Order: sequence, then structure tokens, then C-alpha cells
Amino acid sequence: MKEKINIALTGVGGQGVVTAANILGITAVRAGINVFVSEVHGMAQRGGSVNCTVRLGDVSGPLIPNGTANAILSMEPSEALRYIRYSNKKTKIITDIVPIIPFTVATGDEKYPELKKIFNELENYGELYKVDAAKLANEAGALITKNVVMLGALAGADILPFKPDFLLGVILENVPNEYTSINKKAFELGFNSIKK
Amino acid sequence: MEIIKDKPGEKILLLGNEAITRGALEAGVDVATTYPGTPASEIADTFSAIAKYFIKQKKDPGFYFEYSINEKVALEIAGAAAISGLRAITSMKHVGLNVASDTYMTYMYIGCRGGHLIVTADDPYCHSSQNEQDNRYYALFGGAPMLEPSTPNEAKEMTRIGFEISEKLQSPILLRTTTRLNHVRSSIELKKMQKPKRIGNFEKNPMWVTTPDIARARHPELLKMLKVAEELSENSEFNKIINIGKSSDWGVVTSGVSFNYVKEVAEDLKLDVRILKLGMSNPLPKKMCKNFIKLCKNIIVVEELEPILENQFKVIAYELGEKVKFYDKSSGHFSSLFEYNPDIIAEAFSKIFKVKNPYIAAKTSDIKLPIRPPALCPGCPHRATYFAAKKAQPKDVIYPTDIGCYTLGRAKPLEMADLLLCMGSNAGTACGLAVATDKKIISFMGDSTFFHSGIPPVINAAHHNHDVVITILDNRTTAMTGHQPHPGTDFDGMGRPAKKIIVEDVCKGCGVEHIEVVDPNRIKETTEAFKRALNFKGTSVVVSKSPCILLENRDKIKRGEKILVYQIDQEKCQRCKTCIGRFGCPAIYFGKDESILIDEQQCNGCGNCATICPFIAIHIQEEK
Repeated sequence: MKEKINIALTGVGGQGVVTAANILGITAVRAGINVFVSEVHGMAQRGGSVNCTVRLGDVSGPLIPNGTANAILSMEPSEALRYIRYSNKKTKIITDIVPIIPFTVATGDEKYPELKKIFNELENYGELYKVDAAKLANEAGALITKNVVMLGALAGADILPFKPDFLLGVILENVPNEYTSINKKAFELGFNSIKK
Repeated sequence: MEIIKDKPGEKILLLGNEAITRGALEAGVDVATTYPGTPASEIADTFSAIAKYFIKQKKDPGFYFEYSINEKVALEIAGAAAISGLRAITSMKHVGLNVASDTYMTYMYIGCRGGHLIVTADDPYCHSSQNEQDNRYYALFGGAPMLEPSTPNEAKEMTRIGFEISEKLQSPILLRTTTRLNHVRSSIELKKMQKPKRIGNFEKNPMWVTTPDIARARHPELLKMLKVAEELSENSEFNKIINIGKSSDWGVVTSGVSFNYVKEVAEDLKLDVRILKLGMSNPLPKKMCKNFIKLCKNIIVVEELEPILENQFKVIAYELGEKVKFYDKSSGHFSSLFEYNPDIIAEAFSKIFKVKNPYIAAKTSDIKLPIRPPALCPGCPHRATYFAAKKAQPKDVIYPTDIGCYTLGRAKPLEMADLLLCMGSNAGTACGLAVATDKKIISFMGDSTFFHSGIPPVINAAHHNHDVVITILDNRTTAMTGHQPHPGTDFDGMGRPAKKIIVEDVCKGCGVEHIEVVDPNRIKETTEAFKRALNFKGTSVVVSKSPCILLENRDKIKRGEKILVYQIDQEKCQRCKTCIGRFGCPAIYFGKDESILIDEQQCNGCGNCATICPFIAIHIQEEK
């Protein structure tokens, strides 16, 4: 694959950002595509802001240069904006709509911006896709499939160099058999939420 | 388990750290030791997982693995195995090599017979460290040959071949990584696994005993070894020139992950440069470097942190008498600070080559985003200990702290971390503060830290009768680095039963006369214990025992027990803010109209907020 595909995954420690990035990495290796995934471990995981990068194709390292992301997949709205430097006008910004309020806001030291403002701002930067992952995951049958919804949405954004079913196959390998149909549905709901 | 597949040629996705473990298995490693620390932890955790996987099936994993008490002991155990002819690997974070440095510096004099890789995982930008020291200096300092991988696959290959290099030289070698290698996943090509040797043979020889006469005899041998190593470096497959664009007199010298950025940026900027990639960066292949310098009129040196290649290249250029212009740290084109990335390299290259930087960052949004500093988890027993200690003595206390989750006690509203240097420093600095000030001193360290390097300062405190309260937060695990066992757990890194060392028994043996053992979730009793400890003239220790909530809840779920979460009765709540403003559990937040609520998704059900609520407004909600 001659081209480069850069995906930034963002969210909050504990949301499964690292796992989602890992699944994209496994899928790429299976598809025979060169891949680098960067992760955050240790102290950064304790409720902190998390940023993983996935790079596919003709790349020689894991870090995304500014302004070159094909997609930002965010499990939390404000975290998409935090890493907006990766974006350009064509970047597909796919974000969950549910905010996670940091304790710095709870203690009154910080403010969480109005959600509407965040979404308006994200629209100025790239192509915004808002995904109500919790609603779709519940519709699929389990809230825990939120990230599968988000990966389905990413698959619907027409930037991945492998077929959606190929990615879904890798996801299903990583979940217990009894949850196959729920995860499949979650993926499809995510996919359709973007495709329409 | 995918990582132990013996399928040469197959490609799998591995983390840089896992790739190092795989490389060691492909080299038939016999002994692996560590003290865990980010970003090195997963090297050892992978050995641990493999050992447990085999032992569970009553099979022999083939290698011996342990989480040692500290890096120094880890190096000594693996070193003795390598001296006995076995292959050994010792992994640690960069500052761990400081702890092991006493062993390391003299070990380099005597060398080994089996291959021994010492993995140092450096952390530019201090992602999860107290400094960003450049351990390449240790290669120069101790005289160790050093390999520096750029990618996970290269890390695996360097590990595998590193054992051969080490055996050829009869010397331990350093494998130096950085966070962006350790925590990067990429495709790994599997090679055949080798069977470990298992039984070593220690051949008695006076040369192993480093008395002054032997040390004088060994130092010249170390220098001779480095000469042979330089020859290996000249012919190493890891040192190579990569040409980008057309032939030109511009050269870039680089190593480690910086190479990745240099290559990509040079391609994207359509430059004509030759890149000297130094994978075996100590000793430098001097002939190769000289030939490279002769081809260049301009040399750019790209290396994170210290100007180590830069300084060596300038010496070589001087010896050659070549007039070469250097673009490096001393010319101001690159920084000695933090981690590099493609943007930093593109910015520097665009200035040097007077071309446009193709990477344009979207302008920062005017919307101010709330910061998300890491915090003690909801239900963390440390928070209860902190709360009780502060209640016992609310003012005029200095709190020396230590490396571990409890550094997070620095955050509001606790603000109970005042001084931190390194592993074990809490108790030593506590005593110094007791000597120097008229304040009360309560220090904090974890159980793993206590075993690692916290015991000598406790003995020192007891011996000199320093008037301090030393708190040992005993949560029965090495939590921050990923829940590894330590001498206070009743199992070891291979999952076998192990002798559990009791913290308070050790303190008693250290001569501490006033020891309080508390359950921090009994906040009232814990407060009283701190009061008694503070009143005691001399050294007192408070051992605060409660398991890490993450482990406790994981075990509960495994046993099929429910985690009971708490909620605030809005009728009874008087908005006094004790729970949110003084206790500071991150699961508690302000709702609309100043109401205070508990996020049931985050609540881990410790119930301590219910205990401290003056209006008894918090109670168990329902099953989660």
C-alpha cells in the first residue's frame, strides 16, 4: 500500500481507546498492511486524557504529523478537540456525544465547555460525525459494546484500507461467542449511523 | 498464546516490549529478571504471563523468571546466571539502572559467559517518570556495547542477535529503548524458538573476585573488549546508510526512534540526504563514521535528549581534519528536552533546507478544555489514609512522598505530597526535614517501594531516633506499574506460592518501636493511630493495609459477588462538600443547582464517603 492512512483515537483512561487501537492494528497485520500503533500506559491511564495513533501503509513511525489525520475517532467530545491539531478540512471527526466530566470540574477548578459549542467548533475543523454510542450499544443489546459501535462508525467513514467485514471478523474473535450477535449488531448500527 | 507460536515467517502484531520478550525466547533465554517500571513493565509481564500459562498446565516454561525486589538484585541474579554460562535478560526503566549501577559498573569489568542483555527503557518527556535522563551515557560510563532499536521488529531482532553479540564479547550489553518503542505496536516476523539450556556451570576463577588487584587487571580487558566490539559495530547489520532522493553532500546521523521521523520527514520534504542509522551505537563504528563524514559537507545530528552522537561525531571530524558544518543541539537547531516527533523534525529540517514545512497544525481552538490530570481511583484506600492523616494533624505538616500511585495525593483537595525524588526517598527526606525544620513530618510510600529501597532509611530513622511518622501504604501489589507481585504477596511472578514477607514484621526487625497497623477504611481508628504516632517522640511507622480497589473488585467479580455502589440522599445532603471538597473522590460531582451526586459508573463501592459524611446522607444504592 503506497498511501498513508493516519487515525488518531482519543478519549479518557478506562474507555477502551487502547483496545480499539489494538484491534485496528491486528486487522492491518492480517490484511498484510504495514502498521504502527502508539499507546499510552502507566500514569496516563488513571483517568487522564488518552491519545493513541494508528498509522497504516507507507509509514515509518507511529506518530501522526500535524494536520495529516484522515480520521479522529473520539470516545469523548472534548477529547476530539484536544487533539484537533492533527486535523485538516478533510479529516473525518467521529465522536461519541457523551461527555466525561473530569474531577477538576467536580472540584470547581475547571469548567467543561457547553457541548453545543464543542460540536460547532469541531464542525469548523473537519467533517463531523456525532455518534450516540451508548444509545446504539443499548439498542444492540449491551452498553459495553460502545467501542464496537465507534469502530463500526469508523468503518463507515470510507477511509480504512480493509473491508468492514474483515474488521468485524477481528472484533468478533476478541469477544466471547455468546456475545457475537450483539457485537455484530453494534458494529452495524455504528456503521449505518455514518453511512446512512 | 500468540506470542509463543513457533511458526517462523508468520507475522503478528506485538507491542515493542512484547517483541523484546519474543526475541529473548527466540534466543532461548534461560533467566529473566526485572523490577517493574513504566515504560519497561510489559517485557517482564509477558515473561510472567507465559510462565503462568505453562505452570498452570503443569508444564515447564523453559526459563526462570522473577520480579526481583529491586533492579540491583535483578541484575545480580541474571548476572550470576550469565556468569554461569546461561542466557539472561534484565529489564528496567531508565532510573532503575541508577539503582543497579553499583552492580553494573563492576559487572562490566568481569563480564559474563552466557549472553546477557540489560534493557534500559528511557522515557523522554517523562511520560511516567521523575526525570528524562539519557541512559546512553551509561553505555559510555560503564563501557557497555549498546543496541538501539527503531521499531518493534528491530527490537525483537536486536534482542535475538544481542545474545550472540554478548557471548562473542563475553560482556553484558545494553538494549536501550524509549517509550515510543516500548509502547508501540507493529508487525513482527516470527523466527524459530530456541530451547533454553537451563543448567549453568559456574567455573571458579579468581578473576570473578573484584579485589583491587583483579580490578586493575580487568579494566584493560574491558578496553580490549570495546575494541573488538567496535569491529562488530563496523560490520553490524544494524548500522546502515539509507539514501533519500538524489546523492548529495548532506548527511543525517541518527539512532533509535528518531530515525523513523527523519526518514519520513526527509521523504515528505523531498530532500536529497543520506541517513546514517546507528543501531549499534556504542561503540561507534569509527571507520564507517569517518567514511560518512568524508562524503558530507553538512551533517545534521538528530537524537533525543543528550548530545551524545553529536559530541562523538565532532571528535571524529576533528581527528579527520574535515571541515564539516554541523546542525545539531549546539547550533540551536535541536533541543535536549523532551521527546521528538515528526513535527519537530519537519520544523528543524524546513529551517535548515529553507523549504516549506508540509505539516500544518490546525490552529488551536479558543475553547478552553478542562485538564484531566490522573487521580487516585474512586475507592482507592490511599485516599482514606490521606484523609485520616490530615484529620489527625490538619496543619504544620510536611508530607514527603514516593514513587507510586500516591504521588497522585499531590492533587487537590488532598495536597499531601510535598517532596519527591526517587524510589524510597520518602523516609530519608522525612528524617532530613525532621532535622532541619520544626514541622511535623508524615511520609508516605507503598509496600513495593518499601521493599525496593525503603527499608534502609527506616533502619536509619530508628537508629538515629528521628522524630518522623513513616506511612507504608500496603495495598498488596505494585499498582501503578500494572499490579505486579512483590515480596509482600504470597505468590511470585511465575504464579507459584511464595513466602509472604510482612511489612510490620520487617519494621519491627528494623528497630522501630512504635508501629501502628490499620485498615484505612476504618477512618476514625486510622486517625487515632496517626495521632498516637505523631505523639510518639521518635520514629513511628503506620502500616495502612487495604488491597488496591481495582484488584479487590476484580476478585469480587470473579467470585460472582456484586459491587455495591453508593448514592447521596438529596433530602439529607446539606451541601457541606466534605465528600467532594475534602475527600475528593473522582466519582463524586456537582449536579445542577449545587446538588452533589455520585457517578454510579465510576463508584467502586468503598463506602468511605458514607463514613465521612457528617449528615449520614450517603448510603448503598443498588447492585451494580
